[in-house]
Order: sequence, then C-alpha cells, then structure tokens
Amino acid sequence: MLKIKDLHVKIDGKEILKGINLEIKPGEVHAIMGPNGSGKSTLANVLAGREDYEVTKGKVSFGGEDIFEMAPDERAKNGLFLSFQYPVEIPGVSMVNFMKTAVNEHRKHKGLKPFTAGEFLKFMREKKELVQLNSDLANRSVNEGFSGGEKKRAEIFQMAMLEPKLSILDETDSGLDIDALKTVATGVNALKTTENSTIVVTHYQRLLDYIVPDYVHVLYKGRIVKSAGKELALELEEKGYDWIKKENGDS
Amino acid sequence: MTTETKKYSATEDLAGLYTSNIALFESGSPEFMNAARKPAMEEFLRQGIPTRKQENYKYSDLQEIFNRDYHVYPSYVAREMQLNQVFKCDVPELDTNLVLIVNGWYYHQNKELNLPEGVIIDSLSKIASEKPELVEKYYSKLAKTNEDPLAALNTMLAKDGLFIYIPDGVVIEKPIQVINLLHSKEDSFATQRNLFVAGKNSQAKVVFCDHTLTSHHFLSNNLTEVFIEENANFDLYNLQNQHNQSGNLCSVFVSQERSSTSVVNTASLHGGLVRNNLKVELKGEYAEANLFGIALADSDQHIDSFTYVDHMVANCRSNQIFKNVLDEQATGGFTGRIHVQRDAQQTNAFQRNSNVLIHDDARMRTKPQLVIDADDVKCSHGATVGRIDEEALFYLKSRGINDKEARLMLMLAFTHEVIQEIRIDALRERLDDLVEKRFRGEISHCHNCMYHCC
Ligand SMILES: Nc1ncnc2c1ncn2[C@@H]1O[C@H](COP(=O)(O)OP(=O)(O)OP(=O)(O)O)[C@@H](O)[C@H]1O
Ligand SMILES: [Mg+2]
Repeated sequence: MLKIKDLHVKIDGKEILKGINLEIKPGEVHAIMGPNGSGKSTLANVLAGREDYEVTKGKVSFGGEDIFEMAPDERAKNGLFLSFQYPVEIPGVSMVNFMKTAVNEHRKHKGLKPFTAGEFLKFMREKKELVQLNSDLANRSVNEGFSGGEKKRAEIFQMAMLEPKLSILDETDSGLDIDALKTVATGVNALKTTENSTIVVTHYQRLLDYIVPDYVHVLYKGRIVKSAGKELALELEEKGYDWIKKENGDS
Repeated sequence: MTTETKKYSATEDLAGLYTSNIALFESGSPEFMNAARKPAMEEFLRQGIPTRKQENYKYSDLQEIFNRDYHVYPSYVAREMQLNQVFKCDVPELDTNLVLIVNGWYYHQNKELNLPEGVIIDSLSKIASEKPELVEKYYSKLAKTNEDPLAALNTMLAKDGLFIYIPDGVVIEKPIQVINLLHSKEDSFATQRNLFVAGKNSQAKVVFCDHTLTSHHFLSNNLTEVFIEENANFDLYNLQNQHNQSGNLCSVFVSQERSSTSVVNTASLHGGLVRNNLKVELKGEYAEANLFGIALADSDQHIDSFTYVDHMVANCRSNQIFKNVLDEQATGGFTGRIHVQRDAQQTNAFQRNSNVLIHDDARMRTKPQLVIDADDVKCSHGATVGRIDEEALFYLKSRGINDKEARLMLMLAFTHEVIQEIRIDALRERLDDLVEKRFRGEISHCHNCMYHCC
C-alpha cells in the first residue's frame, strides 16, 4: 500500500524529516506517536502533497506508484486521505457542493457515472448517519465557524464520503469529547475493511483503545526511533517520552 | 427627429463642443435643463478631464480614454434596425419591464409597459418637456457640478435618458430592466442622464445592463440621480458588460429619506476602463444604504470604484462590500469615503474591500477615507489585497479536486458573497453563471444576444 524509504524533507531550508522508513500493508493500522514538533504532521502533509515542503531525499510509493509523481488530487483519487490536524475554514464554499464535486471526481476516476443530485443526497445522508454529523454542519460553508470537535467530525465525514484506501488521521482525537471520540472511532472502524489501511497520529493511548493498531511507531526529531506492537502506546502513556529522548542522546 | 451628429475630437475643447453648438444642445430640452448647461460647462472647464492629480481620481487617468475622435449625439438618431428583435438579452426567467436606451437616448420603439397607476417609465427628455413640474425640483440636485467633472460634463451635454417616477405607496413587482446599448457606425461618445424618484412607501428594483453592440470605441458618461422617499425600498443593479474598447463612466447619486432602504450593486464583467462613482446621502433617520460591487478584470482592463456615503443624520446604517478579482495586467482602484456628520450619532457604517490578484502583473490600489465628526458611532472598514488562499486550495485538492476546479471554487466563493446580495433570484443565478463562465474563460456575453460583443 505505502512504502516510505529514507525520506528527507526540508521546510524553509530546515530539515524536518531526517530519513523516515515505513511500510504499510493493506488492512494494517499504524499509530504514530511522538513529542510536539517531531515531524508527524509534516510527514502526513508531505504524503498528501503539500507543496511548500521540499523532499530532498528518499522515495515513497503508494499503490506501487511514485507518490511524488502525483498531484495532490490524484493521490486523493487513488485512495489517499488526510484528516487534517487543523482543518482550514473556507467561507463561501458549501460543504455539500464541495463534497459533491469531490465524490464525483472520485467516481469519474473510477470510471463511474457521476451521482445525480438525488443519488448524492441519499449517499450523503447515509454517511452523515454513520459519523453522526449534525445536518446543519453539512449545509454550512466548509468548516466555517465549526467548533474544534465539529471540525474533526467533519473530517471523518469526508473520509466516509470518499472511502479511501489509506487514511491518515492527524490528531483526529484532539478536541473531541469522550462521546465524540467513541462515535468517530466507531465510524472509522465501520469503514475498515481488510483492504484499507490507517495511519493514526495521536498523543493519547485513549483513541487506540477504540482503533486498535497493529504497530506503534515513535517519531522523534524527524526519525522513527522505535516501533513495536500496541503495548508501546501503553508504555508511552505511563512513562512519557523522557526515556525515548534519553535513548536518543537527549535529556 | 434629426439624425445630425457632430464630430468631437479630444484636441478640441470639450467645452467648445457645447459653446459652438448651443442651439443644437438646447433644442428639445426644457428651460431648466438648458439653464444648467453653461454653469456646468464653466465647472467642467475649471476641473477638466480627470487625471490622477485630482484627489478623487487618484487611481484613474481619464485623459487617454477621452483622447480619441468620437461622435457625439446632441440629437436622437433613429436606428433603422429593430433593436427589440435584435436584442433579446433578458436573463432567462427574468420577467421584467424592459426598456432600451441607445447611445444614451430612450429608444423610440420601446414597447408600452403594463404599469401600476401613476407610474412613469419614459424618456427623460420627453417628461422633462411635457411635465417639467415632475422633473425640475429633482434635476441636478444631487449631482453637483462643482464637485465632480464628470457630473459637470454630463450636465453640460445631457439631453436624454430614463425617467422613472413611482408614486407614493406603489410597489412594482417586476424588475425594471434597462438595457443600455451602445450601437453605432463610428467611435462614439454617449451621454446618458437618468432620474429616478421612488415615492413614500414605494418599492422598485431597477437593473441596468450595459452593452456594446458594435466593435467601435465607445465612451459613455452615464449619470443617474435617485431620490428615495420615506420608507421606500429601491434596488439598483448594474451589470457592466461592455467590450474592452470602451470606457464606462458611471455615476450614481442617491438620496434617502427616513427609514428608506437602498441597494446599489454593481457587477463589472467587461469594459476597458470602468469608473463607478457612487454617492449616497442619508438624509432621514433610520435609513439604510447597501453598496456592493464585484469586478472581474483581465488583459488591460482598469476598474475603479469611488464610493461616498454621507451620514447626515443620526441612526442610519451603511454597508459596503467591494471585491475585485484581477488577472493578467488588469488594474483596479477602490476609494471608500464615509462621512459621519456631527449630529449623525448612532451611525453604523461598515465597509470592506477585498481583492484577489491572480497574476503577478495585476495591480490594486485601495484606500478607505473616514471622516467622523460624531462621537457615538460604529464604524469599521478593512481592505485586503492578496493571492488565492493556498491552504484552502490544498485542502480542496487533497479531497480529489484538481487545481483548476479548486481555484474556480475559491474564486466563486469569493465573488458569491457580493452576488448573493442581489434580491432578484433569476438575476442572481444568472450572474453566478456569468461569473463562472468568465472564470472558466468561456463566453460570458449574454448568449441570447446575437452580437458577440465581448
Ligand atoms: N511551514 C513551516 N515553516 C517553518 N517550520 C515549520 C513549518 N511547518 C512545520 N515546521 C516545523 O517543523 C517541525 C515539525 O512540525 P510538525 O507540525 O510536523 O510537528 P508534529 O510532530 O506534528 O507536532 P504536534 O504534535 O505539535 O502536532 C516543527 O519544529 C515546526 O515548527
Ligand atoms: Mg502535528
């Protein structure tokens, strides 16, 4: 599904990712944890195709193809989805129109006929129920005036609409109350198949109780410094990052 | 009806055009219109064709556009063609009271309209002569020739245009659609003078559609005075869609009495040089003025809006949103003056000017001018000049929408904020559609019109 080899990335001339190696197979769930500023969002954004990042070294293949040869929208249409840590507000673009355009672009890519207005609304209603998205939110401008939690829920709604092969959830749990966390996790699990994969970026073990990872990685200073099973998340929750920092020559 | 035209060259003195043809300009006009000409000519001479040296024209030099051999029309030229048949530009599903104006003159074959009792929609020249008592007390009372050279020029040369009179309490449901056509066999300069009076408790909506029907160079100096009496609602929409070899000088002067509401919404889609002068005088308490503008410009287009909202009394509201999208070498200007007079307490004045430059070569200049002489007022203003929001663009693309479509969505969202203020459904939808076509680089002239003028 996704193969990252020795990925180096610079922002404004400063090296943020310093040799990431990671392989994700169909059906797997990977958690990425790590202290603030270690490069988790940078990794997520580079995979999604954000332009202001400079890839100085390394290779990433997605579905067997060089990801850097694909424009962001092509990556999306090939099944990549990023749930943003900070979803941007877009006044004047209605959520419905936005999703209709996006879904139909995906359908076109798959050689399917675009949804009619009626078909689309039915499809959207189903997905809204799945993630229990307040109807009102879908009728507003994209993320405009949404609360922190509403934004995250709207991201998962979009994920449900686009049915991606690889979802990257960048701190989707932050800002969610306990009930919302459960709904979102239930939504994510409901969309899970043996074919699609998930990368969960989080600071908290809590989410991983619901979305159970096959692997947990610790990203620190632009490198994956530790990888293990789900028990690693528990250990981090208990001990914090100091021991990781020490192991890597910092205190 | 004569078909005489006079040739005008910029090297001659425009004022001389009037002084050497006084009889021609005076013929057919009532005394009060003629009496205004000479003082207007003197005012025009004093102020001259606007250049950047004039405070109010800092962002536009009109010398160049005036500097051409234009024909002028001191008398009506009867078009041999049936414009009613040629021109079927009504917005689909927009059922309107349709009026054609050709080169500033009321078209002689305009169809009779089915109007409520007492309503007049007719030639200004005709009504001014036949019923001067209806016109004289309003004529040139808002457009002060000593304050603006274009107003002076218009008053010096004014012969005809549209007159609308809505008696007290009358509501005109159907929008009044005024198609301003420029159509000639040679480069032409048109002067159009309109006067609208909306009586107490009346309601009306007027839509101007400015078009060029031939490919000649045109310059039009169009001036409209609007009197909105107590508790009346008056909307004026202006779709400016002339070709890029034309100069569109458009002045609208509005005065509002107590508890009246106005909307002036200008959409500039095409036109080589467009200058909009909009002035609103809030004279009665609890009046509300809404001024909106959207301009899309590319190639060498220049679009400049100058607004002046005068809060003369307490408890009024004004709301202004002006947006420009400039591509290629297009240039734009916005000056928004708000004057809150000493006794205009509890004024609420809002102004925003937002601009997106799509191309590196595009330029925008913007300046709010607030003069506040009262102390208990709410005034806010803001201006931004920027590029397309890259973060929003990436967000849309990350969901599978290609770069071109994503940009289009953002631009439409940007313009829609102004377009949504149009209170005629069919027109609003049409304009969204025209704007989208324009952004897509597809035709954007009204496709029912057989002349592909832009
Ligand atoms: N546009 C940018 N310009 C300059 N520095 C940046 C930019 N974006 C990210 N960085 C820097 O890159 C580093 C990694 O940031 P990133 O957002 O990837 O961290 P993170 O691991 O996601 O942190 P958090 O847990 O706080 O979300 C940080 O030091 C950050 O300041
Ligand atoms: Mg982050």
